[in-house]
Amino acid sequence: MTVDDRFTRDHRDTRGELPLGTRNEIVVGPVSDWAEDFSHLEPEWAADPYPIQDDLRRRCPIAHTGRFGGGWLPTRYEDVAAIAYDTERFSSRSIIMSNYRPPLELAPIGATPPISSDPPFHHDARKLLLPAFTKSAVAKREAATRAFCHALVDGFEGQPVVDAARDYAQHIPMRVIADMLGFPPEDGPRFREFVENALEGVNLPPEERLARMESLFDYLYAQIRDHVENPRDDLTTYLIDAELYGRKLDPAHVAGTIALLLIAGIDTTWSAIGASLWHLAKTPADRERLVAEPELLPTAMEEFLRAYAPVTMARLVKEDMHWRGVDMKADDWVLLSFPAANRDPEQFERAGEVVIDREVNRHVAFGLGIHRCVGSHLARMELRVALEVWLERVPAFTLDDPGAVTWSPGQVRGPRTLPLRIG
Amino acid sequence: MKVHIDPGRCQGHGRCYTLAPGLFGEDEEGYGQVVGDGVVPPGEEQAARLAVANCPELAIELQEEA
Ligand code: HEM
Ligand code: SF4
Repeated sequence: MTVDDRFTRDHRDTRGELPLGTRNEIVVGPVSDWAEDFSHLEPEWAADPYPIQDDLRRRCPIAHTGRFGGGWLPTRYEDVAAIAYDTERFSSRSIIMSNYRPPLELAPIGATPPISSDPPFHHDARKLLLPAFTKSAVAKREAATRAFCHALVDGFEGQPVVDAARDYAQHIPMRVIADMLGFPPEDGPRFREFVENALEGVNLPPEERLARMESLFDYLYAQIRDHVENPRDDLTTYLIDAELYGRKLDPAHVAGTIALLLIAGIDTTWSAIGASLWHLAKTPADRERLVAEPELLPTAMEEFLRAYAPVTMARLVKEDMHWRGVDMKADDWVLLSFPAANRDPEQFERAGEVVIDREVNRHVAFGLGIHRCVGSHLARMELRVALEVWLERVPAFTLDDPGAVTWSPGQVRGPRTLPLRIG
Repeated sequence: MKVHIDPGRCQGHGRCYTLAPGLFGEDEEGYGQVVGDGVVPPGEEQAARLAVANCPELAIELQEEA
Protein backbone atom coordinates (compact mmCIF):
# COMPACT_ATOMS: atom_id res chain seq x y z
CA MET A 1 0.00 0.00 0.00
CA THR A 2 1.35 3.43 -0.90
CA VAL A 3 1.43 6.13 1.72
CA ASP A 4 -1.21 8.83 1.36
CA ASP A 5 0.96 11.93 0.99
CA ARG A 6 -1.74 14.28 -0.28
CA PHE A 7 -1.75 16.24 2.95
CA THR A 8 1.93 16.55 3.63
CA ARG A 9 2.38 19.46 1.27
CA ASP A 10 0.76 22.66 2.33
CA HIS A 11 -2.52 23.14 0.48
CA ARG A 12 -1.58 26.69 -0.42
CA ASP A 13 1.21 25.43 -2.71
CA THR A 14 -1.35 23.74 -4.93
CA ARG A 15 -3.18 27.02 -5.43
CA GLY A 16 -0.08 28.89 -6.55
CA GLU A 17 -1.05 29.44 -10.18
CA LEU A 18 -4.46 30.92 -9.51
CA PRO A 19 -5.07 34.64 -9.94
CA LEU A 20 -5.67 36.40 -6.68
CA GLY A 21 -9.25 37.59 -7.03
CA THR A 22 -10.40 41.16 -6.49
CA ARG A 23 -10.52 43.35 -3.43
CA ASN A 24 -12.45 46.54 -2.86
CA GLU A 25 -12.27 49.44 -0.45
CA ILE A 26 -13.71 48.57 2.97
CA VAL A 27 -16.55 50.90 3.98
CA VAL A 28 -17.80 50.86 7.55
CA GLY A 29 -19.91 53.21 9.66
CA PRO A 30 -23.55 54.18 10.01
CA VAL A 31 -25.85 53.44 7.08
CA SER A 32 -27.35 56.56 5.48
CA ASP A 33 -30.27 54.94 3.64
CA TRP A 34 -30.92 51.19 3.88
CA ALA A 35 -32.30 51.15 0.33
CA GLU A 36 -29.08 52.53 -1.15
CA ASP A 37 -26.33 51.80 1.35
CA PHE A 38 -27.25 48.65 3.30
CA SER A 39 -24.75 46.79 5.45
CA HIS A 40 -25.55 43.65 7.42
CA LEU A 41 -22.44 44.25 9.53
CA GLU A 42 -23.58 47.41 11.28
CA PRO A 43 -24.86 47.25 14.89
CA GLU A 44 -28.35 48.47 13.96
CA TRP A 45 -28.84 45.41 11.72
CA ALA A 46 -27.43 43.02 14.29
CA ALA A 47 -29.69 44.42 17.01
CA ASP A 48 -32.93 44.09 15.00
CA PRO A 49 -32.90 43.57 11.22
CA TYR A 50 -36.62 42.84 10.84
CA PRO A 51 -38.02 46.40 10.81
CA ILE A 52 -35.34 47.30 8.24
CA GLN A 53 -36.23 44.31 6.06
CA ASP A 54 -39.98 44.96 6.37
CA ASP A 55 -39.52 48.58 5.38
CA LEU A 56 -37.38 47.65 2.39
CA ARG A 57 -39.88 45.01 1.28
CA ARG A 58 -42.60 47.66 1.23
CA ARG A 59 -40.68 50.38 -0.57
CA CYS A 60 -37.98 48.75 -2.72
CA PRO A 61 -38.13 45.70 -2.64
CA ILE A 62 -34.54 45.04 -3.84
CA ALA A 63 -32.10 47.25 -1.93
CA HIS A 64 -28.64 48.23 -3.18
CA THR A 65 -25.32 49.03 -1.57
CA GLY A 66 -22.03 50.41 -2.81
CA ARG A 67 -20.25 48.76 0.09
CA PHE A 68 -18.48 45.42 -0.44
CA GLY A 69 -17.80 46.52 -4.01
CA GLY A 70 -21.53 46.58 -4.79
CA GLY A 71 -24.44 44.33 -3.98
CA TRP A 72 -28.19 43.76 -3.80
CA LEU A 73 -30.61 42.71 -1.09
CA PRO A 74 -33.93 41.23 -2.21
CA THR A 75 -36.49 41.10 0.59
CA ARG A 76 -39.47 39.30 -0.93
CA TYR A 77 -39.90 35.55 -0.66
CA GLU A 78 -40.53 35.32 -4.40
CA ASP A 79 -37.22 36.97 -5.30
CA VAL A 80 -35.16 35.04 -2.75
CA ALA A 81 -36.62 31.76 -4.03
CA ALA A 82 -36.01 32.69 -7.68
CA ILE A 83 -32.32 33.42 -6.97
CA ALA A 84 -31.82 30.27 -4.90
CA TYR A 85 -33.18 28.24 -7.84
CA ASP A 86 -31.30 30.13 -10.55
CA THR A 87 -27.81 28.66 -10.36
CA GLU A 88 -27.27 29.59 -14.03
CA ARG A 89 -27.17 33.31 -13.34
CA PHE A 90 -26.14 33.41 -9.68
CA SER A 91 -22.95 31.68 -8.60
CA SER A 92 -22.07 30.27 -5.16
CA ARG A 93 -18.35 30.85 -5.80
CA SER A 94 -18.41 32.90 -2.62
CA ILE A 95 -21.30 32.71 -0.19
CA ILE A 96 -19.96 35.22 2.33
CA MET A 97 -20.49 38.81 1.22
CA SER A 98 -17.18 40.46 1.93
CA ASN A 99 -14.64 42.82 0.42
CA TYR A 100 -12.96 40.05 -1.54
CA ARG A 101 -14.21 38.18 -4.58
CA PRO A 102 -12.46 34.92 -5.31
CA PRO A 103 -11.23 34.43 -8.89
CA LEU A 104 -13.62 33.07 -11.50
CA GLU A 105 -11.33 30.09 -12.01
CA LEU A 106 -12.37 28.84 -8.59
CA ALA A 107 -15.82 27.91 -9.98
CA PRO A 108 -17.43 25.42 -10.11
CA ILE A 109 -15.67 23.82 -7.11
CA GLY A 110 -14.98 26.79 -4.84
CA ALA A 111 -13.00 26.82 -1.61
CA THR A 112 -15.47 24.87 0.55
CA PRO A 113 -17.45 22.32 -1.51
CA PRO A 114 -20.37 21.81 -1.81
CA ILE A 115 -21.59 25.18 -0.48
CA SER A 116 -19.16 27.09 -2.71
CA SER A 117 -19.78 24.86 -5.73
CA ASP A 118 -21.92 25.37 -8.81
CA PRO A 119 -23.41 22.70 -11.07
CA PRO A 120 -22.40 20.24 -12.30
CA PHE A 121 -19.66 19.64 -9.70
CA HIS A 122 -21.91 20.63 -6.82
CA HIS A 123 -24.13 17.57 -7.13
CA ASP A 124 -21.25 15.12 -6.82
CA ALA A 125 -19.59 16.87 -3.89
CA ARG A 126 -22.92 17.07 -2.06
CA LYS A 127 -23.78 13.43 -2.74
CA LEU A 128 -20.68 12.39 -0.77
CA LEU A 129 -22.09 14.01 2.36
CA LEU A 130 -25.77 13.15 2.21
CA PRO A 131 -25.76 9.60 3.66
CA ALA A 132 -24.06 10.72 6.90
CA PHE A 133 -26.66 13.45 7.44
CA THR A 134 -29.99 11.72 6.84
CA LYS A 135 -32.64 11.84 9.51
CA SER A 136 -32.04 8.22 10.50
CA ALA A 137 -28.25 8.62 10.50
CA VAL A 138 -28.37 11.60 12.85
CA ALA A 139 -30.97 9.92 15.09
CA LYS A 140 -28.11 7.70 16.29
CA ARG A 141 -26.56 10.77 17.92
CA GLU A 142 -29.67 11.79 19.80
CA ALA A 143 -28.99 9.91 23.05
CA ALA A 144 -25.44 11.29 23.37
CA THR A 145 -26.67 14.81 22.55
CA ARG A 146 -29.36 14.56 25.20
CA ALA A 147 -26.90 13.35 27.83
CA PHE A 148 -24.58 16.23 26.95
CA CYS A 149 -27.41 18.79 27.30
CA HIS A 150 -28.25 17.35 30.72
CA ALA A 151 -24.61 17.66 31.77
CA LEU A 152 -24.62 21.34 30.73
CA VAL A 153 -27.73 21.99 32.84
CA ASP A 154 -26.13 20.13 35.76
CA GLY A 155 -23.41 22.76 35.54
CA PHE A 156 -25.94 25.53 36.29
CA GLU A 157 -26.28 24.24 39.87
CA GLY A 158 -26.33 27.09 42.36
CA GLN A 159 -26.40 29.90 39.77
CA PRO A 160 -29.52 32.08 39.70
CA VAL A 161 -28.47 33.61 36.36
CA VAL A 162 -26.81 31.77 33.47
CA ASP A 163 -25.74 32.88 30.03
CA ALA A 164 -27.79 30.56 27.82
CA ALA A 165 -25.77 31.45 24.70
CA ARG A 166 -22.34 31.03 26.24
CA ASP A 167 -23.01 28.28 28.79
CA TYR A 168 -25.53 26.19 26.86
CA ALA A 169 -26.36 26.87 23.20
CA GLN A 170 -22.84 27.17 21.80
CA HIS A 171 -21.53 23.95 23.33
CA ILE A 172 -24.14 21.63 21.84
CA PRO A 173 -23.28 21.93 18.12
CA MET A 174 -19.57 22.18 18.94
CA ARG A 175 -19.63 18.85 20.72
CA VAL A 176 -21.76 17.14 18.08
CA ILE A 177 -19.60 18.22 15.15
CA ALA A 178 -16.35 17.50 17.02
CA ASP A 179 -17.63 13.96 17.57
CA MET A 180 -18.67 13.55 13.94
CA LEU A 181 -15.36 14.83 12.58
CA GLY A 182 -13.32 13.03 15.21
CA PHE A 183 -11.72 16.22 16.58
CA PRO A 184 -10.76 16.66 20.26
CA PRO A 185 -13.83 17.96 22.12
CA GLU A 186 -11.63 20.24 24.22
CA ASP A 187 -10.81 22.27 21.08
CA GLY A 188 -14.24 23.94 21.34
CA PRO A 189 -12.86 27.40 22.13
CA ARG A 190 -10.70 27.26 19.00
CA PHE A 191 -13.74 26.35 16.88
CA ARG A 192 -15.48 29.43 18.22
CA GLU A 193 -12.54 31.56 17.17
CA PHE A 194 -12.57 30.05 13.65
CA VAL A 195 -16.28 30.63 13.29
CA GLU A 196 -16.09 34.23 14.41
CA ASN A 197 -13.19 34.92 12.07
CA ALA A 198 -14.94 33.47 9.06
CA LEU A 199 -18.34 35.02 9.58
CA GLU A 200 -17.87 38.15 11.63
CA GLY A 201 -14.39 39.27 10.59
CA VAL A 202 -15.67 40.31 7.16
CA ASN A 203 -14.63 43.97 7.41
CA LEU A 204 -11.13 43.30 8.76
CA PRO A 205 -8.14 44.23 6.58
CA PRO A 206 -7.53 41.50 3.96
CA GLU A 207 -4.11 40.45 5.33
CA GLU A 208 -5.62 39.98 8.76
CA ARG A 209 -8.52 37.98 7.36
CA LEU A 210 -6.15 35.81 5.36
CA ALA A 211 -3.90 35.16 8.33
CA ARG A 212 -6.88 34.05 10.39
CA MET A 213 -8.10 31.76 7.62
CA GLU A 214 -4.64 30.22 7.49
CA SER A 215 -4.72 29.40 11.16
CA LEU A 216 -7.99 27.50 10.56
CA PHE A 217 -6.43 25.51 7.72
CA ASP A 218 -3.25 24.87 9.70
CA TYR A 219 -5.42 23.33 12.38
CA LEU A 220 -7.44 21.29 9.88
CA TYR A 221 -4.39 19.94 8.07
CA ALA A 222 -2.92 18.82 11.40
CA GLN A 223 -6.16 16.99 12.21
CA ILE A 224 -6.29 15.46 8.74
CA ARG A 225 -2.69 14.21 8.93
CA ASP A 226 -3.44 12.68 12.29
CA HIS A 227 -6.38 10.84 10.70
CA VAL A 228 -4.22 9.66 7.79
CA GLU A 229 -1.91 8.08 10.35
CA ASN A 230 -4.67 6.80 12.62
CA PRO A 231 -7.83 6.19 10.59
CA ARG A 232 -11.05 6.20 12.59
CA ASP A 233 -14.75 5.70 12.05
CA ASP A 234 -15.59 9.37 11.54
CA LEU A 235 -16.28 11.92 8.82
CA THR A 236 -12.66 13.03 8.50
CA THR A 237 -11.44 9.53 7.66
CA TYR A 238 -14.48 9.07 5.42
CA LEU A 239 -13.54 12.19 3.40
CA ILE A 240 -9.86 11.23 3.24
CA ASP A 241 -10.88 7.89 1.70
CA ALA A 242 -13.75 9.19 -0.45
CA GLU A 243 -13.48 9.05 -4.23
CA LEU A 244 -14.95 11.07 -7.06
CA TYR A 245 -14.54 10.24 -10.74
CA GLY A 246 -12.43 7.20 -9.87
CA ARG A 247 -9.85 8.89 -7.69
CA LYS A 248 -9.37 10.25 -4.19
CA LEU A 249 -10.42 13.86 -3.54
CA ASP A 250 -8.07 16.80 -3.95
CA PRO A 251 -6.52 17.70 -0.60
CA ALA A 252 -8.06 21.17 -0.91
CA HIS A 253 -11.48 19.58 -1.35
CA VAL A 254 -11.08 17.45 1.78
CA ALA A 255 -9.90 20.38 3.88
CA GLY A 256 -12.47 22.77 2.40
CA THR A 257 -15.37 20.44 3.14
CA ILE A 258 -14.18 19.85 6.69
CA ALA A 259 -13.85 23.63 7.15
CA LEU A 260 -17.41 23.98 5.90
CA LEU A 261 -18.80 21.35 8.26
CA LEU A 262 -17.03 22.96 11.19
CA ILE A 263 -18.12 26.52 10.40
CA ALA A 264 -21.62 25.79 9.03
CA GLY A 265 -22.56 23.44 11.81
CA ILE A 266 -21.67 25.51 14.84
CA ASP A 267 -22.90 29.07 15.07
CA THR A 268 -25.96 28.35 12.94
CA THR A 269 -27.35 25.84 15.41
CA TRP A 270 -26.05 27.79 18.38
CA SER A 271 -27.99 30.80 17.02
CA ALA A 272 -31.18 28.79 16.52
CA ILE A 273 -31.09 27.37 20.06
CA GLY A 274 -30.28 30.80 21.53
CA ALA A 275 -32.97 32.67 19.61
CA SER A 276 -35.60 30.11 20.63
CA LEU A 277 -34.66 30.43 24.32
CA TRP A 278 -34.62 34.22 24.00
CA HIS A 279 -38.14 34.16 22.59
CA LEU A 280 -39.40 31.85 25.33
CA ALA A 281 -37.73 33.90 28.05
CA LYS A 282 -39.57 37.02 26.95
CA THR A 283 -42.89 35.32 26.09
CA PRO A 284 -44.21 33.56 29.21
CA ALA A 285 -47.42 32.39 27.49
CA ASP A 286 -45.48 30.45 24.84
CA ARG A 287 -43.06 29.07 27.41
CA GLU A 288 -45.85 27.86 29.70
CA ARG A 289 -47.72 26.30 26.81
CA LEU A 290 -44.66 24.35 25.66
CA VAL A 291 -43.95 23.14 29.18
CA ALA A 292 -47.56 21.95 29.43
CA GLU A 293 -47.72 20.53 25.87
CA PRO A 294 -44.27 19.16 25.00
CA GLU A 295 -45.77 17.43 21.93
CA LEU A 296 -46.17 20.90 20.38
CA LEU A 297 -42.42 21.49 20.39
CA PRO A 298 -41.66 20.13 16.89
CA THR A 299 -44.24 22.54 15.44
CA ALA A 300 -43.09 25.46 17.60
CA MET A 301 -39.50 24.80 16.65
CA GLU A 302 -40.29 25.24 12.95
CA GLU A 303 -41.88 28.57 13.81
CA PHE A 304 -38.75 29.69 15.67
CA LEU A 305 -36.72 28.68 12.62
CA ARG A 306 -39.04 30.72 10.42
CA ALA A 307 -39.22 33.85 12.56
CA TYR A 308 -35.58 33.88 13.69
CA ALA A 309 -33.95 32.14 10.73
CA PRO A 310 -30.26 32.47 11.59
CA VAL A 311 -28.69 32.07 8.16
CA THR A 312 -28.33 34.48 5.25
CA MET A 313 -26.33 33.38 2.21
CA ALA A 314 -24.74 35.26 -0.67
CA ARG A 315 -24.35 34.78 -4.39
CA LEU A 316 -22.26 36.48 -7.10
CA VAL A 317 -24.01 37.71 -10.25
CA LYS A 318 -22.47 35.94 -13.24
CA GLU A 319 -23.13 38.47 -16.03
CA ASP A 320 -24.56 41.99 -16.44
CA MET A 321 -28.34 41.75 -16.58
CA HIS A 322 -31.59 43.50 -15.92
CA TRP A 323 -33.25 41.47 -13.17
CA ARG A 324 -36.74 42.21 -11.84
CA GLY A 325 -36.36 45.95 -12.19
CA VAL A 326 -32.72 46.44 -11.23
CA ASP A 327 -29.49 46.52 -13.26
CA MET A 328 -27.18 43.90 -11.86
CA LYS A 329 -23.54 43.89 -12.94
CA ALA A 330 -21.23 40.91 -13.24
CA ASP A 331 -19.63 40.22 -9.85
CA ASP A 332 -22.21 42.18 -7.86
CA TRP A 333 -23.12 40.44 -4.62
CA VAL A 334 -26.61 39.30 -3.80
CA LEU A 335 -27.31 38.95 -0.11
CA LEU A 336 -29.75 36.05 -0.06
CA SER A 337 -31.82 36.72 3.03
CA PHE A 338 -33.77 33.63 4.03
CA PRO A 339 -34.80 35.56 7.19
CA ALA A 340 -36.41 38.32 5.08
CA ALA A 341 -38.17 35.76 2.87
CA ASN A 342 -39.54 34.07 5.98
CA ARG A 343 -41.29 37.27 7.07
CA ASP A 344 -42.88 38.18 3.74
CA PRO A 345 -46.62 38.78 4.35
CA GLU A 346 -47.31 37.68 0.76
CA GLN A 347 -46.11 34.21 1.73
CA PHE A 348 -47.05 33.88 5.40
CA GLU A 349 -50.12 34.94 7.33
CA ARG A 350 -49.28 37.04 10.38
CA ALA A 351 -45.70 37.02 9.08
CA GLY A 352 -44.35 39.31 11.78
CA GLU A 353 -45.80 37.30 14.68
CA VAL A 354 -44.48 34.16 16.32
CA VAL A 355 -47.34 31.65 16.20
CA ILE A 356 -46.06 28.52 17.92
CA ASP A 357 -48.84 26.29 16.63
CA ARG A 358 -48.56 27.44 13.01
CA GLU A 359 -49.48 24.38 10.96
CA VAL A 360 -48.71 25.56 7.45
CA ASN A 361 -45.08 26.61 7.45
CA ARG A 362 -43.13 26.47 4.23
CA HIS A 363 -40.23 28.44 5.69
CA VAL A 364 -36.83 28.55 4.05
CA ALA A 365 -34.48 28.71 7.04
CA PHE A 366 -32.48 25.85 5.52
CA GLY A 367 -32.49 27.32 2.03
CA LEU A 368 -34.19 26.18 -1.15
CA GLY A 369 -33.08 24.20 -4.16
CA ILE A 370 -29.84 22.32 -4.70
CA HIS A 371 -27.97 23.82 -1.72
CA ARG A 372 -30.62 22.82 0.87
CA CYS A 373 -28.73 22.59 4.15
CA VAL A 374 -27.04 19.20 4.31
CA GLY A 375 -27.09 19.50 8.10
CA SER A 376 -30.80 20.32 8.42
CA HIS A 377 -31.75 16.96 9.96
CA LEU A 378 -28.84 17.18 12.36
CA ALA A 379 -29.65 20.80 13.28
CA ARG A 380 -33.30 19.92 13.87
CA MET A 381 -32.34 17.03 16.14
CA GLU A 382 -29.97 19.26 18.14
CA LEU A 383 -32.49 22.09 18.40
CA ARG A 384 -35.31 19.79 19.49
CA VAL A 385 -33.20 17.96 22.08
CA ALA A 386 -31.67 21.21 23.40
CA LEU A 387 -35.12 22.74 23.91
CA GLU A 388 -36.66 19.55 25.33
CA VAL A 389 -33.95 19.19 27.94
CA TRP A 390 -34.00 22.88 28.81
CA LEU A 391 -37.81 23.02 29.23
CA GLU A 392 -37.81 19.82 31.26
CA ARG A 393 -35.03 20.94 33.57
CA VAL A 394 -35.56 24.71 33.62
CA PRO A 395 -39.29 25.22 33.05
CA ALA A 396 -39.35 28.75 34.52
CA PHE A 397 -36.97 31.39 33.22
CA THR A 398 -36.93 35.04 32.21
CA LEU A 399 -34.56 37.55 30.62
CA ASP A 400 -32.36 38.79 33.43
CA ASP A 401 -31.59 42.06 31.68
CA PRO A 402 -33.05 42.55 28.20
CA GLY A 403 -30.52 45.30 27.52
CA ALA A 404 -27.60 42.92 28.10
CA VAL A 405 -28.56 40.58 25.24
CA THR A 406 -26.16 40.86 22.28
CA TRP A 407 -26.55 39.47 18.75
CA SER A 408 -23.89 38.46 16.26
CA PRO A 409 -23.54 40.71 13.23
CA GLY A 410 -23.25 39.42 9.68
CA GLN A 411 -24.76 36.48 7.87
CA VAL A 412 -25.40 34.22 10.84
CA ARG A 413 -27.48 35.99 13.44
CA GLY A 414 -28.21 34.80 16.93
CA PRO A 415 -27.75 35.75 20.57
CA ARG A 416 -24.13 35.75 21.75
CA THR A 417 -24.86 37.00 25.28
CA LEU A 418 -28.13 35.83 26.78
CA PRO A 419 -28.35 36.17 30.57
CA LEU A 420 -31.38 34.24 31.82
CA ARG A 421 -32.72 34.17 35.36
CA ILE A 422 -33.41 30.56 36.21
CA GLY A 423 -33.68 30.55 40.00
CA MET B 1 -56.63 10.34 -2.29
CA LYS B 2 -53.11 9.76 -3.59
CA VAL B 3 -49.72 11.43 -3.00
CA HIS B 4 -46.79 11.69 -5.37
CA ILE B 5 -43.31 13.26 -4.97
CA ASP B 6 -41.76 15.02 -7.94
CA PRO B 7 -38.13 13.82 -7.72
CA GLY B 8 -37.06 16.79 -9.85
CA ARG B 9 -38.15 19.17 -7.10
CA CYS B 10 -37.54 17.21 -3.88
CA GLN B 11 -34.37 18.33 -2.09
CA GLY B 12 -34.67 16.14 0.97
CA HIS B 13 -35.96 18.66 3.52
CA GLY B 14 -37.80 15.75 5.11
CA ARG B 15 -40.86 17.65 6.24
CA CYS B 16 -43.04 14.99 4.62
CA TYR B 17 -41.56 11.98 6.37
CA THR B 18 -41.47 13.84 9.68
CA LEU B 19 -45.08 15.02 9.54
CA ALA B 20 -46.59 11.97 7.82
CA PRO B 21 -44.33 9.00 8.51
CA GLY B 22 -47.12 6.63 7.49
CA LEU B 23 -47.14 8.04 3.97
CA PHE B 24 -43.54 9.02 3.28
CA GLY B 25 -40.08 7.65 3.99
CA GLU B 26 -36.49 8.70 3.27
CA ASP B 27 -34.08 7.11 0.84
CA GLU B 28 -30.43 6.58 1.74
CA GLU B 29 -29.61 10.19 0.79
CA GLY B 30 -32.55 11.73 2.62
CA TYR B 31 -34.80 12.38 -0.36
CA GLY B 32 -38.50 11.79 0.22
CA GLN B 33 -40.20 8.65 -1.03
CA VAL B 34 -43.83 7.70 -1.13
CA VAL B 35 -44.62 4.59 0.88
CA GLY B 36 -46.18 1.89 -1.32
CA ASP B 37 -48.33 3.14 -4.18
CA GLY B 38 -49.08 6.49 -2.55
CA VAL B 39 -52.75 5.77 -1.91
CA VAL B 40 -53.64 7.54 1.34
CA PRO B 41 -55.34 5.14 3.76
CA PRO B 42 -58.48 6.33 5.57
CA GLY B 43 -57.60 8.53 8.53
CA GLU B 44 -54.32 9.77 6.99
CA GLU B 45 -55.87 12.51 4.81
CA GLN B 46 -55.03 15.25 7.29
CA ALA B 47 -51.39 14.09 7.54
CA ALA B 48 -51.16 14.10 3.74
CA ARG B 49 -52.42 17.67 3.54
CA LEU B 50 -50.03 18.74 6.31
CA ALA B 51 -47.06 17.30 4.40
CA VAL B 52 -48.11 19.10 1.23
CA ALA B 53 -48.52 22.36 3.13
CA ASN B 54 -45.05 22.15 4.64
CA CYS B 55 -42.85 21.01 1.77
CA PRO B 56 -40.69 24.06 1.03
CA GLU B 57 -39.99 22.87 -2.52
CA LEU B 58 -43.67 22.30 -3.44
CA ALA B 59 -42.59 18.82 -4.48
CA ILE B 60 -45.63 16.87 -3.26
CA GLU B 61 -48.68 16.47 -5.46
CA LEU B 62 -51.97 15.38 -4.01
CA GLN B 63 -54.76 13.93 -6.11
CA GLU B 64 -58.01 14.20 -4.21
CA GLU B 65 -59.66 11.26 -5.92
CA ALA B 66 -57.77 8.06 -6.59
C1 HEM C 1 -30.21 25.80 12.50
C2 HEM C 1 -29.06 25.49 11.96
C3 HEM C 1 -28.71 25.66 10.52
C4 HEM C 1 -29.23 26.53 9.59
C5 HEM C 1 -30.33 27.56 9.78
C6 HEM C 1 -28.54 26.27 8.34
C7 HEM C 1 -28.81 26.94 7.17
C8 HEM C 1 -28.25 26.64 5.94
C9 HEM C 1 -28.63 27.25 4.70
C10 HEM C 1 -29.66 28.36 4.54
C11 HEM C 1 -27.91 26.66 3.71
C12 HEM C 1 -28.02 26.95 2.21
C13 HEM C 1 -26.82 27.57 1.62
C14 HEM C 1 -27.04 28.20 0.26
O1 HEM C 1 -28.15 28.24 -0.26
O2 HEM C 1 -26.04 28.69 -0.28
C15 HEM C 1 -27.04 25.69 4.34
C16 HEM C 1 -26.15 24.89 3.68
C17 HEM C 1 -25.33 23.95 4.29
N1 HEM C 1 -25.33 23.63 5.64
FE1 HEM C 1 -26.53 24.39 7.07
N2 HEM C 1 -27.63 25.28 8.53
C18 HEM C 1 -27.70 24.87 9.84
C19 HEM C 1 -26.96 23.86 10.44
C20 HEM C 1 -26.05 23.07 9.78
C21 HEM C 1 -25.34 21.96 10.38
C22 HEM C 1 -25.52 21.47 11.81
C23 HEM C 1 -24.52 21.47 9.41
C24 HEM C 1 -23.56 20.31 9.45
C25 HEM C 1 -22.76 20.01 10.36
C26 HEM C 1 -24.72 22.25 8.21
C27 HEM C 1 -24.08 22.03 7.03
C28 HEM C 1 -24.39 22.64 5.83
C29 HEM C 1 -23.77 22.30 4.56
C30 HEM C 1 -22.70 21.24 4.33
C31 HEM C 1 -24.36 23.12 3.59
C32 HEM C 1 -24.04 23.18 2.10
C33 HEM C 1 -25.05 22.43 1.28
C34 HEM C 1 -24.83 22.57 -0.21
O3 HEM C 1 -24.30 23.58 -0.67
O4 HEM C 1 -25.22 21.65 -0.95
N3 HEM C 1 -25.66 23.21 8.47
N4 HEM C 1 -27.29 25.68 5.69
S1 SF4 D 1 -40.74 17.69 2.30
FE1 SF4 D 1 -40.62 17.99 0.11
S2 SF4 D 1 -38.49 18.36 -0.34
FE2 SF4 D 1 -38.64 17.49 1.67
S3 SF4 D 1 -38.29 15.33 1.41
FE3 SF4 D 1 -40.45 15.68 1.42
S4 SF4 D 1 -40.94 15.99 -0.72
FE4 SF4 D 1 -38.78 16.20 -0.55
